[in-house]
Amino acid sequence: MTLDSSPVKVLGGGGDPTGATASPAGVRPPDAARRPPSAWRRRVSRWDATFSPYLYVCPFFVLFALVGVFPLIYTAYVSVHEWGLLGGKGDFIGLDNYARVVEDRYFWNALRNTLSIFVLSSVPQVIIALVLAGLLDAQLRFSSLWRMSVLIPFVVAPAAVALIFGNVFGDRYGLVNEMLVAIGFDPIRWHVNTAASHVAIASMVNWRWTGYNALIFLAAMQAVPRELYESAALDGAGRVRQFLSVTLPLIRPTLLFVIITSTIGGLQIFAEPRLFDTQGLGGSDRQYQTLTMYLWELGWRVRDLGMASAVAWLLFLIIIVVALVNLAVSRRVGTLGGRR
Amino acid sequence: MNRRPGFLVYGLLVAFVLGSCAPLYWSFLVGSHSRDVLTKRVPPLLPGGHFFDNAQRAFDAVPFWKALGNSLLVSTTVATSVVFFSTLAGYAFAKLAFRGRTPLLVFVVATLAVPTQLGVIPLFIVMAKLGWVGSMWALIVPGMVTAFGVFFMRQYLLDAVPDELIEAARVDGCSMLRTFFTVAVPAARPAAAILWLFTFMATWTDFFWPLIVLPASNPTVQIALQQLQSGYYVDYSLVLAGAAVSTVPLLILFVLTGRQLVAGIMQGAVKG
Repeated sequence: MTLDSSPVKVLGGGGDPTGATASPAGVRPPDAARRPPSAWRRRVSRWDATFSPYLYVCPFFVLFALVGVFPLIYTAYVSVHEWGLLGGKGDFIGLDNYARVVEDRYFWNALRNTLSIFVLSSVPQVIIALVLAGLLDAQLRFSSLWRMSVLIPFVVAPAAVALIFGNVFGDRYGLVNEMLVAIGFDPIRWHVNTAASHVAIASMVNWRWTGYNALIFLAAMQAVPRELYESAALDGAGRVRQFLSVTLPLIRPTLLFVIITSTIGGLQIFAEPRLFDTQGLGGSDRQYQTLTMYLWELGWRVRDLGMASAVAWLLFLIIIVVALVNLAVSRRVGTLGGRR
Repeated sequence: MNRRPGFLVYGLLVAFVLGSCAPLYWSFLVGSHSRDVLTKRVPPLLPGGHFFDNAQRAFDAVPFWKALGNSLLVSTTVATSVVFFSTLAGYAFAKLAFRGRTPLLVFVVATLAVPTQLGVIPLFIVMAKLGWVGSMWALIVPGMVTAFGVFFMRQYLLDAVPDELIEAARVDGCSMLRTFFTVAVPAARPAAAILWLFTFMATWTDFFWPLIVLPASNPTVQIALQQLQSGYYVDYSLVLAGAAVSTVPLLILFVLTGRQLVAGIMQGAVKG
């Protein structure tokens, strides 16, 4: 039983390497060394060592095969068939579902809306998060309190965010419109005007994720050696110049990471536009119907799983393309920043 | 060099934090007034006394208690399962030698970027075949282990467990599984707590998949919220009281574990 407690104590002491190497000799009961294990026991032990690792990783691979790989491949299979939600599988129809999707004006509408909301939510978000991280990177009093405070929006679920912002951006009694009127502007019809609705929905995403991404940037910024700032300051660089020429180039890998993950998430946006009004179809003329909403409508309103699967695959391809374009663009921008 | 921040930095931070809290406060504010107050031109800025009335009406309108129970059950089960299986697999990837370890790990990392949400249609077909549509099984089983979890635990255990300790345990005749429980699990605890929290929150806030597989009579919290605002006339004092109530459990979790959440995000960023 000695083994049960001693490793924990060693780790509890801060994982001190000398303590760790010293422990085996101290831990081993003297009689264990005296009595050699039987051949059978040794064989069991060898099997244990050979097969256990596979046993440990296999739950992940089995489940991922079932709920990750198989569905993605099977989506392709469904997409080349007539397939009703209730009727099930019908005839093989080749690429007809794709043709019908591409001919549908609502597909292009949803694609436009998704890209527009994505740009409106990711660009300001990354910029504000960078600035916020720069602020948090200063030697603040109560720094952990500030860090926690900027994370508050993250605990509000997208569905709740959508309901709250749907009210704040209300067409008639909304807070934003009241404020616009108070300072002499005309109220905006946030739920009718396409561009306005995109701004409102993007602001939900921005509100929930900016603080989160700022903390990621902050972690990267803290790894920047402080001497670099000092020598930049000696060269006469101000705060802003230091940020642009020292901080940004050095946190580029993190910047790429955030941009790619927000691309994958942002292009699948669903809850926010879905709950922005009561009908859930993206506005009276689908002004803010996104691709995932379009997929949902085809599958569970129109009940055409074949066509919905075609949309899923197209969305998959679009995500890959946009992510690659993002990667290429941010690489370029990053190297330019570094060369400056 | 003096990098002590001045008034401007603190002012901007205060503005940002106020902005972060404002929508939540607004939700509580609207939820605490009766609905006739809300049609006045200048909205009241102090809470009214009707919050519990409005919340009560929300609980009457949709099965909110059941939704809270369902969300708690699903999120707790999924988070616990993800932590267990991810620690197991992460430990194997970090510390055990076996044939095919590197390609398998590359596969795990590659799947991090796969938008699995796009597989909903076959997943729905499978769930329908199994008879799980409408039950919590449809939410629990697909989420039981994630690539992110495996990778996260692997990264942590790489440094957290000294190899000598595992060898020592093996030499002393510990089975592989016992070594895992006595050496790896205690060392994994800090990362496991963080992974548990993030998985719990992600499951709690999930909307798309529950909307597809759950009926109106057996919702999670997010689906109950959606039901609150369906219909042609929206009673915002009721809807936003519901939104505020639905946030309370995560807010409590945040107050208790905010430090770990911040640490988790910042750690994941450096290692990821």
